[in-house]
Amino acid sequence: MSAKQTTTSAAFLATLKRDLLIAIKKKNDIVNPFMFFIIVVSLFPIGISPESDRLREIAAGVIWISVLLASMLSMDNLYRSDYEDGSLEQLLLSPHPLFFLVLAKNISHWLVSGLPVVLVSPLLAYMLNLPAQAYGTLILTLLLGTPIMSLIGSIAVALTVGLGSRGLILAVITLPMSVPVLIFGTLAVQSTLNSLSPLGYLSLMLVMLSVAISLAPLASAAALRISVN
Amino acid sequence: MLTAHRLFCARDDRVLFKNLNLELSEGQIMQLRGSNGSGKTTLMRILCGLNDSYEGSIKWYGQEIADQAVNFFSSLLYIGHRVGVSKVLSPVENLRWSCSLKQRVDDEAIYRALAEVGLRGFEESPCYTLSAGQHQRVSLARLIISPARLWVLDEPFTTLDAKGVAQLENLLQRQAQAGGAVLVTTHHRLNIPELTVLSLG
Repeated sequence: MSAKQTTTSAAFLATLKRDLLIAIKKKNDIVNPFMFFIIVVSLFPIGISPESDRLREIAAGVIWISVLLASMLSMDNLYRSDYEDGSLEQLLLSPHPLFFLVLAKNISHWLVSGLPVVLVSPLLAYMLNLPAQAYGTLILTLLLGTPIMSLIGSIAVALTVGLGSRGLILAVITLPMSVPVLIFGTLAVQSTLNSLSPLGYLSLMLVMLSVAISLAPLASAAALRISVN
Repeated sequence: MLTAHRLFCARDDRVLFKNLNLELSEGQIMQLRGSNGSGKTTLMRILCGLNDSYEGSIKWYGQEIADQAVNFFSSLLYIGHRVGVSKVLSPVENLRWSCSLKQRVDDEAIYRALAEVGLRGFEESPCYTLSAGQHQRVSLARLIISPARLWVLDEPFTTLDAKGVAQLENLLQRQAQAGGAVLVTTHHRLNIPELTVLSLG
């Protein structure tokens, strides 16, 4: 029987593939956060002022906050339906380390909800009149920051997946933990605008991402075990 | 192969069972009986390691389960109330994933198993177009594919038709003859000669 057992990497890939497949079939998992992001960002010029000078000042902050909110919107998809149809129990009963299976789910979640937002951000930065020299930094900070958000959010969703009505609790857990990402993300863009090197902030974000990748799935796994108890 | 010794479990200050001993050996089919709320599902989840709010010891081939989780999980197949079938995916896609969490499978084996449980022609349709009984059958296809020694099945008969019930009974006996063990809850009267019954509550 041991000859027929899967390797952990095969189980990892199967989980990743399954989650991507579900996302593609459900479509609104991909489209919702993306549309929400675009709508929220477009409201700022209307609500504050269409003046290009003022927009330039708030551009980085607006984009970053909208990314945070958009990531909140998609969080629930991470474990909710798996919990309801029993797939989560199957995941927990796998002989493979839950760390990697959870990581696969988080990666898929980021590919579906984080990456599209990063890809469309230059367009919105253009709309908010962000100077061209800061585009690279903005995209880099988003590339580093959005996976952190998926990983942190995963812990909160795993903790609350067993609760019936959750309402705001997800945001209350996740958003405070995302504040450092928000601070460094916007500071990096600001320093590029002031012709300073953003490397310090970027490397700090890289550190945060590495810590999140190595620790957050552990926390999510433990939280999932508690939630199905 | 599976022994539980002096199990105690309480929920919300209500004792579900105490001093419960259970021994499941190779080739045995054990039916858990008990009224609604007597703790059948809880006991099953405890034995599978999904629930850890209990006292007592559970051993797999003489060794505590917690000390050999990988070993135990590779030999276990659990199908709960919620059968673990995603509505968005097709039966084939569901099985590809849930089986590959445990063992290597090829598509051929999956198609064969689906045909055996009477889902020929439904392999590629999304599961939300299938009935509750057909959902159950998708999960039963896992029984055919899986080499697991121990099956833990929580109410697997509820949505099945008469033919499905007979087929599942047949599957359980096949597993027992092959040296595996089955733990099952149901309110059905099972048509299996060598059945052990454990009554709760």
